Amino acid sequence: MIKTWKIGGEAGFGIMVSGTTFSRSLARAGLYLVETSEYPSLIRGGHNTVAVTFSEKPVYAPYKPVDILVALNKETVIFHKDELAPGASVLYDGTSYDISQENLRPDAVFFSIPFGKLIKESGGEMIMRNTVALGASIAVLGLPFEHLAHILTAQFTKKGQKVVDFNITVAKSGYDYIVVNYKEKITPMKIEKKEKEQMVITGAEASGLGAIAAGIKFFAAYPMTPINALLSYMAAVQVKGNFIYKQPEDEIAAINMAIGASFSGARSMVATSGGGFSLMVEGTSLAGMVEQPVVIIMGMRPGPATGLPTWTGQADLHFILNASQGEFPRIVLAPGDMEEMFKLTAEAFNLADRYQTPTFVLVDKYLFEARFTTNVFHPEEIVIDRGKLLSYEDQIKTPDHNRFQFTEDGISPRGIPGRPGGVFRANSDEHNEAGYSDEEAANTAKMIEKRMKKQQMANMAVPAPIVYGDADAEITFSGWGSTKGAILEAIKKLKVQNSNLKVNYMHVNYINPFPSEAVEQILKNAKRVVDVEGNHNGQLADLIRMKTGIYIKDRILKYDGRPFYPEDIIEGVKKII
Amino acid sequence: MISTSTFNTPCTPNWCPGCGDFGIWSALRRALSNLGWKPSDFVMVYGIGCHGHMVNFLKSYAFETLHGRPIPVAEGIKLANNKLNVIVMAGDGDTFGEGTNHLVHAARRNIDITMILHDNQVYGLTTGQTAPTAQKGFKTKSTPYGVLEEPVNPIGIAVAAGATFIARGFAGDIPFTQSLIEQAIAHKGFSFIDVFQPCVTFNKINTYQWFSDHTYYLPKEYGANDRGEAYKKALEWGDKIPLGILYKEEKPTYEDGIPQIKDKPIIETPLPTREIMDAFINEFI
Repeated sequence: MIKTWKIGGEAGFGIMVSGTTFSRSLARAGLYLVETSEYPSLIRGGHNTVAVTFSEKPVYAPYKPVDILVALNKETVIFHKDELAPGASVLYDGTSYDISQENLRPDAVFFSIPFGKLIKESGGEMIMRNTVALGASIAVLGLPFEHLAHILTAQFTKKGQKVVDFNITVAKSGYDYIVVNYKEKITPMKIEKKEKEQMVITGAEASGLGAIAAGIKFFAAYPMTPINALLSYMAAVQVKGNFIYKQPEDEIAAINMAIGASFSGARSMVATSGGGFSLMVEGTSLAGMVEQPVVIIMGMRPGPATGLPTWTGQADLHFILNASQGEFPRIVLAPGDMEEMFKLTAEAFNLADRYQTPTFVLVDKYLFEARFTTNVFHPEEIVIDRGKLLSYEDQIKTPDHNRFQFTEDGISPRGIPGRPGGVFRANSDEHNEAGYSDEEAANTAKMIEKRMKKQQMANMAVPAPIVYGDADAEITFSGWGSTKGAILEAIKKLKVQNSNLKVNYMHVNYINPFPSEAVEQILKNAKRVVDVEGNHNGQLADLIRMKTGIYIKDRILKYDGRPFYPEDIIEGVKKII
Repeated sequence: MISTSTFNTPCTPNWCPGCGDFGIWSALRRALSNLGWKPSDFVMVYGIGCHGHMVNFLKSYAFETLHGRPIPVAEGIKLANNKLNVIVMAGDGDTFGEGTNHLVHAARRNIDITMILHDNQVYGLTTGQTAPTAQKGFKTKSTPYGVLEEPVNPIGIAVAAGATFIARGFAGDIPFTQSLIEQAIAHKGFSFIDVFQPCVTFNKINTYQWFSDHTYYLPKEYGANDRGEAYKKALEWGDKIPLGILYKEEKPTYEDGIPQIKDKPIIETPLPTREIMDAFINEFI
């Protein structure tokens, strides 16, 4: 059974943290979940929501219909009443606002909880109504209170036992109120005991852990949604993690600092969104020219310009593939879930070092800020490959080092400054093998061929996309990055509707180098291809046409700032077929 | 002492005969030779402009960056390996056309790098447009009726931004500029030297003779320890323009404040241990 719980209230009601506490409690109880937040909206007087979709079985995407709505104010009911699922539960405070005139669906089940009264009795303050609501929510699901108590303890331990006890008392008051007054309305979740532990983690945190496991030494990022959570996570763990995080004056400085740190031998990373990356474009080209590895976490949100700063989209694919002057190799990866976020961020450092060129991890607001249950990561399995980075001994063998030496694979041995031999230079002007400026025609052509040879080498090593689902499918979805989860959920639903339907999904997470041959094979054999993307044009579909000549006519495209829900894809399929 | 020829490269300088860049190049080579530094002992970071060609004429670890960007690249180099000696060479277009923001922030961070500004009031490499340091009324290819803006004040900006070593040299006085470079390198923190560097091709007003006639050396009595006085000196222009150290202050550097590099540079620190990685993972279980 897949259910969605949504809590809403004014900014300042502690909505975000409530969502996290709720998710962690459910995960501890053995449920799988996806948590997403929406914090738009000065238009709505700062209305915030967090939604948690959960199930006894693995779930990969948020569902839109709300089964349990927790309304900390009347506006929440007004804004979200149309999202209520059949038989939805509505938790609200009937003593402080009246919702009887709101025309809610007739099958809704109401739980009126006097937040103010319960808080007063526990000696708390009104800002703690979210804590009461959490207790009540756990009770409505028929889950043991101890899961919430455990998470609250972990959350407040640093503030002392008194604070822990107080929060538990307040939460328990909400829990008890439901148990005492609405016992007959509780339908307990049936949860099988899980053998494996799970993590509850956001995309930003998963990506940060990937970078740390890969041995990041320098990270520069200027604040911008949606990468702020990564920035603050990395800032907090930098001392223990043995790396430096620096907030620079702007994104231009960020990428140039990262390139400088990379020159010194540090594994370096920046993170930004489309507007910030616009400022990094010339720096990306510099990294391409001086063949300096750098990892760029690029968090998409809807543009153009400031666009919808706190919402999501996938409209920057072609921008990232084509940004910067000149031709140089680049790697673009697009993780589709938390494990991919961890592994591909770590792999980005290897690819950057191996091909000595800028490497992107293309993410979006939805997946980067969403929180998922996922298998526990294994950092010890991350293999670090620094490519042709010279050892101290090899570098100092000669007084001078040809940093841009012509080689068969286009990749030149790379030294680092400060060693007592093997002196070299990086040069943003076209240069010869020694790094000195050189504008001769023959050298220019040879250097461009050398750099582009690296792209050819990367192309040869690109893994084929994974195809999820049935062989010999009647419908093959194509997609990239964060749409993975919604498509996998849609496939489940399509098969529930028609158990004979054969359907699968081609997940592209290596965008450049592009697995052209494998994609061509998959699509040639497909009966009907439906492309699913969070942009207006169908940018992956256009890329596929460019790389394989295959034209995908049927496209389910969404560009309203919201993530894909499985329902969007089901409806899209109905329209097409 | 080490021979200045140690820094020779296979390339011959291609600056215009008489270019002020020769003076800065010579002063730097002499300073490096005096310090006894070998090409492997320091990193030069250049911007784009005539000065940037020095990447070809001075043997060392070096990075010629993009126009306006030598400072952040140098900061990254230094933060990743704070044992490195890092010297930035930049033009006045580089620094005050596209890179002013970087200068202001590097100065207030007091990161331990030395910056040498090639100040010739004109864009030489793009064949003679106005620079942000050009005097009001100056006629160039891009300002045929004369520059309308007031010039930026490099020393004034460095003073305001919090640089802890601020000096002005003159490419026409090599021993003097050499001495300033040596003192700037010895200074712990962000040091900034504004060097008057005549462009013999595109600036027929601010010539060697003009600078000789319009500058004076700060007297020994000038203390160089008062930011307010330094700002007053920064405003002196016209017939009497001061040369020398305008301000100097001992202060902890940016790097001093980073606990994880207290013992060794970050690139030499080990990867997080299994225990630390497990602790990071357990935060999410």
